[in-house]
Amino acid sequence: SSNEHKLNFKKSKDACLSYIQDALLQKQWKRAAEFLTCYVESLDKDYSREHIGPSEMIWRIGTEILWHHSQSSMKEFNCFMEQMKTLGVKRYLKVCLEHVFHLLCNGQIDEAYQNLSLAESWRFGEQTAIQDKEMKLIQAYRGLLDYYSWAKQKNILFENSEDGFSDLAVEQEMHGYFRKAAVNLKEIIKVPGVWDIFVKCYVDLLEFYGDHNEARQVLNEYAYNSKFPANPNAHVYLYQFLKRQGESKKSLISALKILHDIVPSHELMIDFNTMLQKSKKRKKRRLGLEVIFAALDYAGWKENAKAWSCLARQVKQIVISEKHLDWIKQEWNSRKDWWPAFHFSRYLAKRNWQENKSLSYGKALVAGILLGKGCKYFKYVSHQGCKAQLKRFRMLKKFVNRHNPVYLRISG
Amino acid sequence: RDFNERCAQCSEVNWGLTDGGRFYCRSCHNVTERTREVVNTDFITNSRVQTISKGSRKQEKNDGGSEWYICEGFQLILKKQVEALEALGVCPQMKDEILCNFWRCYLQKSKQAYCKRPAGEAVKALSVCESSTDVDSDPERPSLLHLLSLSESEGDLQTDCSFASSVSKVSESTSVYSGSVDGSLYLMKNQKENLRMTMPMTLSFCYMALLWVREPITLSELLRFVVEGHIPYLNVFQHFPEKMKLCGLDLKIFCVESWPVYEEVFNKMHELAAFLDLPRFPDITESCFLHPDMLCMKYLMEANLPDELHNWTCRVVKKIGIGEVDFLTLMPGNKSTRKVKYDVLAAAIIVVVLKLLFLLDDHYEWLLSELAEERNKNNTEGGPYFEFKKWYEVVKHSLDVKQKKLDEERAKYVWRCEKPLFYSVKNKSKALKRRQMVVNLQNQFGKLSGTVQGAEKPNPSSFQLSWSEENTDGNCFHGHSLKGVLQEKRGLLTAMNPDYWLCTVKLCNERLCGHLAHYREVEFPQSYHFVLGLFSFLLRVQPSYIHDEVCMIEHKLFNKKLYKKLKYNTVLRK
Repeated sequence: SSNEHKLNFKKSKDACLSYIQDALLQKQWKRAAEFLTCYVESLDKDYSREHIGPSEMIWRIGTEILWHHSQSSMKEFNCFMEQMKTLGVKRYLKVCLEHVFHLLCNGQIDEAYQNLSLAESWRFGEQTAIQDKEMKLIQAYRGLLDYYSWAKQKNILFENSEDGFSDLAVEQEMHGYFRKAAVNLKEIIKVPGVWDIFVKCYVDLLEFYGDHNEARQVLNEYAYNSKFPANPNAHVYLYQFLKRQGESKKSLISALKILHDIVPSHELMIDFNTMLQKSKKRKKRRLGLEVIFAALDYAGWKENAKAWSCLARQVKQIVISEKHLDWIKQEWNSRKDWWPAFHFSRYLAKRNWQENKSLSYGKALVAGILLGKGCKYFKYVSHQGCKAQLKRFRMLKKFVNRHNPVYLRISG
Repeated sequence: RDFNERCAQCSEVNWGLTDGGRFYCRSCHNVTERTREVVNTDFITNSRVQTISKGSRKQEKNDGGSEWYICEGFQLILKKQVEALEALGVCPQMKDEILCNFWRCYLQKSKQAYCKRPAGEAVKALSVCESSTDVDSDPERPSLLHLLSLSESEGDLQTDCSFASSVSKVSESTSVYSGSVDGSLYLMKNQKENLRMTMPMTLSFCYMALLWVREPITLSELLRFVVEGHIPYLNVFQHFPEKMKLCGLDLKIFCVESWPVYEEVFNKMHELAAFLDLPRFPDITESCFLHPDMLCMKYLMEANLPDELHNWTCRVVKKIGIGEVDFLTLMPGNKSTRKVKYDVLAAAIIVVVLKLLFLLDDHYEWLLSELAEERNKNNTEGGPYFEFKKWYEVVKHSLDVKQKKLDEERAKYVWRCEKPLFYSVKNKSKALKRRQMVVNLQNQFGKLSGTVQGAEKPNPSSFQLSWSEENTDGNCFHGHSLKGVLQEKRGLLTAMNPDYWLCTVKLCNERLCGHLAHYREVEFPQSYHFVLGLFSFLLRVQPSYIHDEVCMIEHKLFNKKLYKKLKYNTVLRK
């Protein structure tokens, strides 16, 4: 019937929204503002029936426009956010939080702090309980800003102490900030989530005041509590903490184990492999080989000279000892089809030689052992190296030639 | 509760109600003389429906408003509309003689005034609850939600529900349904008997008056002027005088949020003409603007087609008899004749003529165009031959630009006016706050728009596309010759094109399925779509609407052949 084609309020506003969307995607802020001006009257008809109602639309779109538009000022932005806060009580804390983020992005730390404090004191019947999560976040961010204030005071204190002055007032203030920060940070990290920055700051505070036990407990919780989402950084923080504490290699290794499982390409894999290689336990050395091979599967590691030297060192050691050649065979099995083209092409040989001799040395050693002395990469690099009369490349050539049978055993 | 004055004795604001309905201060037990009805200035007390002619209405109500009836509102709206038409150049008799009389006749027929016993006398207006019964307890009274659903305007279910719930909670005292006296009554009326007045119907009234006076404004033009803002429609109620307070169900009646379409205004107009028992309308003769010969001329110009095509449209009109006075003139109540849509008819005739001359099967017209192009290249004397291809490119380009602009305008309509609307008093403060915020935001983002806000409305113009022969870029085809597609046979000029394809072999029964034919379900040639699309844009109607008329004309034109050669499915030899 013809009524389907009638232009009515809703259709008109839907069309308006799609024009706004196009303008936003093309960063045409003026045009977006033009259409938003026409859209705002939807507020008169704001019913929370829809998934995203007009007031939320206006908040989000308006924020984008005001943030990017050349003629918009922070003053206008703030004024707009204040209006948005009154628009939907169910969203109040969320709007506050986002406003705070924007203020922080703009470097207005003090204003951000004020807004956080204000939001913290907000109460609205049952909404307060419903928006409990947002409230915790607000408190957490206030704690974070308290931490930064603490850090500032700490720096002042240390600068002054160099001059020989001790400033009691600054110290008192510093402790004050610590207390405020600690309370809030501790609360948020109890809730399962990804709280990297909060955890780091909290641990920093704890370490400073000497509460290493609490720090260790916090980090363990963060890394190992299954309720928390899998987070590589948790393990990194724990590892770094343990290292600072001078813990044994054993506990350091166990801290990095899960990291290897989650992110085999993590930069700490070099440290991991180094520790594992040196271990007396066979299993650990085996794992070390696995770790370094896995890391080099990733494109980002292709030109990492250190990684290649780790692998080269371990491979060399295994070859010389003539024990556990099957380890190399196992690792090479799944890689022999693609590593040659991926790492050991003639083109790469040329490029690596030009750019980084150490890199080409490490790679050539590995290539020579895995692919034999006839492989393109090894031939080119060793030839170049001998031509340049570099001693280690001569040694390399001799080494690979001597151990060529190993290649036959590996590849067979 | 809603009484916020300070107590005279103790200056507290802490009121309660005595049994007698008087306010007393809870702190010091001071009893006032003020009774509840008087104090609640926000509530509008309504009384029974009274006849307008009796004139016994309470003039001064407590909030400055007075009693008013729905039909008064519509009367004001019609007045404003016809004044706008006058400003556009329509003859002044239309207002004082024609429309006025139509309206009075309507009021009389629908028993809202000018008669002895106005409708609704026996029925109490729903706006009063004297007993303390709940609204829903009376089985005779329809529920509020039912009332709201009766209204034709599309409301929002949410508003309706919230309104209904907010009102039904007020059980003991006066409940508020509408600012007008008979708002609720109005929605309750049985539509079949009385042809209830609606906003789209105001335009039907206007069109009916225009037709009576035979003004050179077609219905599609009228509707376009409405959308362009030259004729008040969308927020006319904001011009109601202060004392006519609008709220509650009134909004359902007066605040529409959609543009009316041709079909509904057209059909309503005919219903109205029959309802009012009007006699035969003044004759539409050949010299009338609405006669197909005239309208075809106009549309040919606007479509940038050669003037020579006019001969052909006149021939078709003559052949199938649609230029006859009896066919064109409106005879209300005559159900056997098809109602004439003058503008759509004229457009359809042009489409048929184009099909006759160019076939429009996505092959032949381009072939003819190539031939014309060849000729035009080699022979520049005697004026250019019409090239379909060139015409298509030029017109399509302009059409696309205009269509894009129109689409943007439609997305940028501002539907609300500054006057805040609220369904019930409960929402009033919330509605006001929201309105204020809307205005603030409009200002804030308006400044960032970079365009001039509230730019002047374009002047009303009869032509949406215009082409000038003085333009040297050769984009005007009015003067081009059709020689390339015509040939002489026995002294008569006929089309070179020997074929014709029918849009549909069999016409549907309009009464059963609402259409004569089904445009969307069949694949037609692109050229045909284009031509329909062009007129669809100009007339602001759906292409299927024009398609129906085309089918109708074709069947009249090939009537004999259709009966004789039903075996041949689509292609006929002329």
